[in-house]
Amino acid sequence: MSDTTQQNQPLQDESSEVPVIQVGHSPHLSNESFTTRRMMIDVLIALLPVVGMSVYIFQMYAVKQMAICLVTCLAAEAAFIKMRNRSFSLTDCSAAVTGIILGLSLPATAPWYVGVIASVVAIGIGKVIFGGLGMNLFNPAMVGRAFVMIAFAGVMAASGYESLNTGIDAITQATPLNAFKQMGISTSLTDLFFGLTNGSPGETSALACLIGGIYLCIRRTASWEIPAGIIAVVLIMGGLADIMGSASNWTVLHHLFSGSLLFGAFFIATDPVSSPLTAKGKFIFGAGIGFFIMVLRFFSGYPEGVMFAVLFMNALTPLLNRWTIPAAMGE
Amino acid sequence: MADQPTAFERFTQGILPENPVYRQLLGLCPVLAVTNSMQGAMTMAGAVLFVLLCANVIISLIRDLLKPHLRIVIFTLTIATFVTIVDRFLAAYMYQMSKSLGPYIPLIIVNCIIICRCEVCASKQSVITAASDAVGQSLGFALALASIASVREILGTGMFFGFRVLPEMWPDWVIMVLPPGAFLTFGLLLGAVNWIVAMKKAKD
Repeated sequence: MSDTTQQNQPLQDESSEVPVIQVGHSPHLSNESFTTRRMMIDVLIALLPVVGMSVYIFQMYAVKQMAICLVTCLAAEAAFIKMRNRSFSLTDCSAAVTGIILGLSLPATAPWYVGVIASVVAIGIGKVIFGGLGMNLFNPAMVGRAFVMIAFAGVMAASGYESLNTGIDAITQATPLNAFKQMGISTSLTDLFFGLTNGSPGETSALACLIGGIYLCIRRTASWEIPAGIIAVVLIMGGLADIMGSASNWTVLHHLFSGSLLFGAFFIATDPVSSPLTAKGKFIFGAGIGFFIMVLRFFSGYPEGVMFAVLFMNALTPLLNRWTIPAAMGE
Repeated sequence: MADQPTAFERFTQGILPENPVYRQLLGLCPVLAVTNSMQGAMTMAGAVLFVLLCANVIISLIRDLLKPHLRIVIFTLTIATFVTIVDRFLAAYMYQMSKSLGPYIPLIIVNCIIICRCEVCASKQSVITAASDAVGQSLGFALALASIASVREILGTGMFFGFRVLPEMWPDWVIMVLPPGAFLTFGLLLGAVNWIVAMKKAKD
C-alpha cells in the first residue's frame, strides 16, 4: 500500500511536507477470510473425500503418487522461490494444492519419474516462470500433466492406466471412457457415480467430487459459475447426442459422471488465478470448457479432454476478462 | 565509414556478443524447427555457413554497384542462388538428410540472419571483413543450434549425434523432439543467456 501511495503522489519536493492520506478505490471492504492461505486450505479440505476415495480404490498406488507429487511440488516451490530471492511462500499452501491435484490426476501406476517431472514442470514452467502465484496464465497442475502426457505418451495414454499385476481390481479394467471409445462397452452408472472404476485416482468417484465441489462452492472458494457452465453445456451437448441417438448406451449421465469431468469442473477449472474475474466471464469460461470437453470426447483420438479444454480456455481468460468488464456505476 | 568494425571484431562479435540467435533473435524458424537432432542442426549450420559466406563475399564485391532502392532484391537473388546450390547438393549427396530437413533448407532464402549481414556488413565493407563476419555469425548460429539440439536430442532420445549417451532405461521425453520442446528449450536457454549477460553487466 505504501508503494502505491508514493507512486500516486504528484512529484513533490522533499522539503514540502504533504500529509499522506491512504485513499483506495471503493468498496472499502477488507475480508480477512479471503486470503490465499484460507482458500487453499479450503481446497485441501474439499479434496479430502476425493483423496479418501482414491486411497480406498487404488490403495498404496494413489498414496505413493500423491506423496511423490506433493513432496516434489513443495521442494520445487522452495527451490525456485529461493532462486528468485522471494520471501518463503510455502505457507500459502498453493504448491500443496497443485501437488495433490497433480497426484490425483496422474495414473496411479505411473512410474515415479512421471510425477517428479510433472511437478517440477508444473511449478517451474507453469507458475514461477510467469512470476509466481497470481501471475500464471495456465493452471500449473495441468501444465505439468500436459507436459508428461506428451513426453511419456506410452505411460500416460489411456492404455497406461491398465495393469494386470497390481492386485487391485479397478486397475485391471480399461478406463470407462476408453472402454467405450475403443470397444463401445458401457459402464454402469452406479459404478461411475461411486467410483468403482479405473482412471486417474481423483476422477473415478463422481460422488466424492460432488461433495468436495459443493463444499467449495458454498464456501465461495470456488465460483459456482464455472462448474455450472461446464455441466450445463455437457448436459446440453450430451442430451443432443442422446436425442440424435449417436451413442445409445452412453447417455448424457455417463458423460457427466465419467472421466475427470466433475473433478475438473470443481477442482481444476475453478483455479482463481487462471479463470476470469467477472461472473459472466466465469460462466462463459465454464461453458467453453464444457464445449471443448465434449468436442474432444466425440471427435478426438483421446478418450478424455478435460485437461486440454481447461488449458485452452485458460489461454482465453484475458480476453474473457476484457469482454466482460461490468459497466461502471453511472455509465 | 571510418568507425566500422574491423574484420577481427566482426568475427568475434558474431560468435557471442552479437550471437545471431541469442542476442539478435534472428533466424528463429530453423532454430526451432531443425534442432531435434544434432545431425540435422549441424547440417543446417553448415548450409547457413556456405550461403552466408558466399552471399557476403559476392555482395561485398559488388557493393559499389548496388542501387539503394534495389539492394534488397539483389541480396535475395544472390542468397537464392546459393541456397539452390546447397539444396540440390544435399538432395544429391545426403538424400536422407535432405528429406528430413524438408523445406527448411529452401527457407534459408528468407532467413533474416543472412539478409541482415548483407545489409549491415557486406554492403558496406571490404571482402575480407565481410567474409570474417560471415564466418563469425555462422559460428554463433552453429553454437546456438548445437546448444538447443544437444538438450533436445539427449533428453528426447537419450542419444547425442545418434550415439547413445544415456542408459537404455532412460525414459525418452518425447515432448522434447516435438515442437513444444523446441519452444521450451529455446525459451529457457534464452532466459539463461539473458541472466548471464545481466550478471556480467552488474559486475562491470
